[in-house]
Amino acid sequence: MLLALFGGVLIGLSASLAHAVARQVVGVSGILGGLLRPPARPLGFGLWFIAGLVLGGLLIARFAAPVATTLAPRSLAWLLLSGLLVGFGTRLGSGCTSGHGVCGISRLSVRSLVATGVFMATGAAVVFLTRHVFNLWGAG
Amino acid sequence: MSTWRSAGLGLVCGLVFAAGLVLSGMTDPARVLGFLDFAGDWDPRLAFVMVGAIGVHFTWLRLAPRFQGPEARAFSLAPHAPVTRPLILGAALFGVGWGMAGYCPGPAVVNLGLGLREGSVFLAAMLGGMGLYRLFASRTAERLDGVAQE
Repeated sequence: MLLALFGGVLIGLSASLAHAVARQVVGVSGILGGLLRPPARPLGFGLWFIAGLVLGGLLIARFAAPVATTLAPRSLAWLLLSGLLVGFGTRLGSGCTSGHGVCGISRLSVRSLVATGVFMATGAAVVFLTRHVFNLWGAG
Repeated sequence: MSTWRSAGLGLVCGLVFAAGLVLSGMTDPARVLGFLDFAGDWDPRLAFVMVGAIGVHFTWLRLAPRFQGPEARAFSLAPHAPVTRPLILGAALFGVGWGMAGYCPGPAVVNLGLGLREGSVFLAAMLGGMGLYRLFASRTAERLDGVAQE
């Protein structure tokens, strides 16, 4: 619980640093979407932010305990469909957990508050259906 | 701001963000699905990620005008923009995908660095979904709201 809070504080510090120095919003889906739309600037904030995310993962995997998940493996089709929905949905809805959930809510954006409520609700509904109605992957 | 400076800033912000995502458990889909499982053995820990992140960022955004002058205010409060159908529909679709696998965009990117195969497969599909949106948006651009991406 303290680790979760501390991790959240780091995310908040990252968002605040980006705002303080460059007025950048650290919304991952928005940044990725911008990079997919050429011409991507080779030295822009976005590309290097994404590079930092990947490099951070590499360093943690190299020097810290591996992150273990206890989930039963999901089918490839299930993963691909979920990925497509997240990619399409975050672009259509102008943001994801970071852009709406952290940056937008911190800016008191009504749009972000509504979006966060909606994706939390549909996410919880899908988990309810897969785990408690159709019991797809065992108890998870 | 020079391009090199903005690249360096991006890298630092990305590294700190990645550390936050891993430490908080957001990169572990089991934890995420446990958090969304209100009817089961609910794992409340990820709520503290939001508390920490919003607590720090909200506080900074309120303090920014004091340190950086009134110009910072324009970037601290969101403009009043309408809640639109694309916003609701997009968030709903995103939530469905999130609840299916337990990955949202940031953790999916970090999973690539962590070398976790499942998350990397998800990331590839997610980028495909973003590409699909570009095709869709270019056809219906005039019907979509022109609000900047959050």
